[in-house]
Amino acid sequence: MNTLIGFKKEKAVLTNVKKRPRNSPQSSLWWMYLPALGAVCLFILYPFLNGLKISFTNWNGFSQVYDYVGFQQYSRLLKDPDTWLVVKNTLLYGLGSTLFQNIIGLLYALLLNQSIKVRGLTRTIIYLPVIISPLIMGYIWYFFFAYQGGALNDILILMGFDKINALANPSVNTWIIVFVNTYQFVGIAMIIYLAGLQSISKDYYEAAQLDGASPFKQFKNITLPLLMPSITINIVLNIIGGLKLFDVIVSLTGGGPGNASQSMSTFMYDLYFNRQDAGYAATEGVLMAVIILVISISALIFFKRKEVEA
Amino acid sequence: MGSINKPKTLLTIVALVIALYHLVPFYILLTTALKAKGDFSSKWIFPDRLSLDNFREAWEMANLGPSLLNTLIITFFSALLLIFLGSLAAYPLARRNTKLNTFVYVFFIAIMVIPPLTALVPLYQLVVDIGMMNTRTIAVLNNVAAYMPLTIFLYAGFIRSTIPKQLEEAAKMDGASTLTIFFKVVFPLLKPVTASILIISCVFIWNDYQFAIFFLQAEEVKTITVALSSFFGQNTNSLNLVAAAALMAVAPMVILFLFLQKHFIEGLASGSIKG
Repeated sequence: MNTLIGFKKEKAVLTNVKKRPRNSPQSSLWWMYLPALGAVCLFILYPFLNGLKISFTNWNGFSQVYDYVGFQQYSRLLKDPDTWLVVKNTLLYGLGSTLFQNIIGLLYALLLNQSIKVRGLTRTIIYLPVIISPLIMGYIWYFFFAYQGGALNDILILMGFDKINALANPSVNTWIIVFVNTYQFVGIAMIIYLAGLQSISKDYYEAAQLDGASPFKQFKNITLPLLMPSITINIVLNIIGGLKLFDVIVSLTGGGPGNASQSMSTFMYDLYFNRQDAGYAATEGVLMAVIILVISISALIFFKRKEVEA
Repeated sequence: MGSINKPKTLLTIVALVIALYHLVPFYILLTTALKAKGDFSSKWIFPDRLSLDNFREAWEMANLGPSLLNTLIITFFSALLLIFLGSLAAYPLARRNTKLNTFVYVFFIAIMVIPPLTALVPLYQLVVDIGMMNTRTIAVLNNVAAYMPLTIFLYAGFIRSTIPKQLEEAAKMDGASTLTIFFKVVFPLLKPVTASILIISCVFIWNDYQFAIFFLQAEEVKTITVALSSFFGQNTNSLNLVAAAALMAVAPMVILFLFLQKHFIEGLASGSIKG
C-alpha cells in the first residue's frame, strides 16, 4: 500500500510540474542569463554584424550620408600594399611571439621543475610582468631602447660603439616588439608548462631509466607527448594574444616609422581616427577577425589531433 | 650524493642569471625615475643622490591621482557586475539542459573567439549614438561584455563539476525559490572560482588601454594607461618624469601581486586554461 501511495504522490507532482513550467526541472530559467546575454549582444554581436555592413560602404566615420559601394573596399584592401605590410607584421607578432614564448617558457619550466633553492623567487620575477599593463611594459622597455638616454646606448657608448636608433629602424623594431611581448608573457607559458610537468607521473621516468634511456630520449618520448595538452593551450592562447597586439606597439614605436611596425589593430585605429576612413577601417576589422579565427582554429585542430596521437 | 649537488649548483646559478636578466628593465626604470632631470649619467649606475622631485612633479603633471581613482572605480564596478551577472547566468546554463540553454551556452563560447576590437568602428558609433562617450559607465559596460563569456564559462564549468545537485534539491524540497537557492546555497560554494574571476578581471580591466583610449579621452574620465600615454606624448624629452609616472602607475598592482602571488598565479592560470 505504501508504495502505491508513494507512486500516486510522484504522479501528482509530475502533473503539477507540467502545469507550471517555470519551476519545472525542464524550465530554462532564461531570465537569469538575460542581462548577461543582452550586454554581450549589444556590445559585441551587434557591433560585429554592423561592422560587416559598414565594410560595404564608403562612410568616413562622422557624416550622416554614405553610399553602399559593394565590394569596392575589399578590392581596395587586396590591392593596398599597406594591407600586406600590416598583415605580415601581424603574423610576425602572432607567430613569432608564440614560437619564442613556448620555447623559452618550456625551458624555464624544465629548469624550475628541478628542486633548486631560488625556484620560488625566480618564478615570481619571471611572472611579474604578466600583471603589468602591456602599454606600460612597452614604456619600461622604451627606457632601455630609446635613442636619447636609453640604457642600451649607454652600454654601446661605454664600449666605444656608435649609438643606434633601434626603435626607428624598420627591420629591427618589429623584432623588438616580438621580444617585448615575449618577455612580458613568457611567465604564463612557463606556469602552464610547470603545471603540465608536475602532472606527469614519476613512474614513467623510473621505468625509462631502468631501460637505460638517455635524458634526451626521456624528454622526447615521455615529457613532450604527455605535455601536448599544455602545448595546445599555450600555442592557441599566445597566437590569439599576439595577433591582437596593440598596446606595446603604441608605446614602443607608435606603428612607425611610417607604417613599418603597424599591426592590424593599430592600423585600424589609424584609419578610423586619423584618416577618417571608417568604411575601410571596418573592412580591415573583418579581415583581422577572419585571420584570427582561421589561424587560431586551425592551430587548435592541429594540436588537438597531435594530442590524440600522443 | 656529492655528484648530484654539483649540477644543482649550476642550475641555481642559471636560474639566478635568468632572474637578474628579467629584472633589468625594472632596474633601468628605477634608475631613470630617480635621476634628476639634468643628470645624463649612464642608466646602469644608481644615482648618488636620490631625487624624489620627479615623482612629485609627474604625479601632478600627469594627473595621476584622479586617473588612479577612475581606474579603481571602473575596475571595481566591472568586476562586481561580472561576478553578479556572470554567476547568475551560468547557473541555469550549467543546470538546465534545455535546447535553448545549450544554444545560448554555445553562443557565449563562440563569442569568445571574436576579438571585441575588430568591431571597433561600429562600437564607437554605437557609443556615440547612445550618448555615452567619455563616461565611466561605458567603460564598465564594455569591460563587462568583453569578459562575460569567459566568466560564464568558468562559473558553468565549476558548477557542473564541483557543486553537488543534492544540496539544491534538498533546498527545493523545503520550498525555497530558485533565486533563494542560488544565493543562499550555490553562490557561497563558488568562492574559489569567484576569486579566480576576480583576479583575472581586475588585472585585465585595471591594465586596459585598448577600450580606454577610444572611449575615455576627456581629462576627467582618463584611466591610468590613457593618462600615462598622453603624458608620454608631451614629455618624450624628459624620460625621468615619464619613468617616475610609470613606476607610480604600476606600483598598486605590483604590491598587490607580491602579497597575493599564489592566488594571482593560480587564478590567471585557471583563466588561461579554458580550451
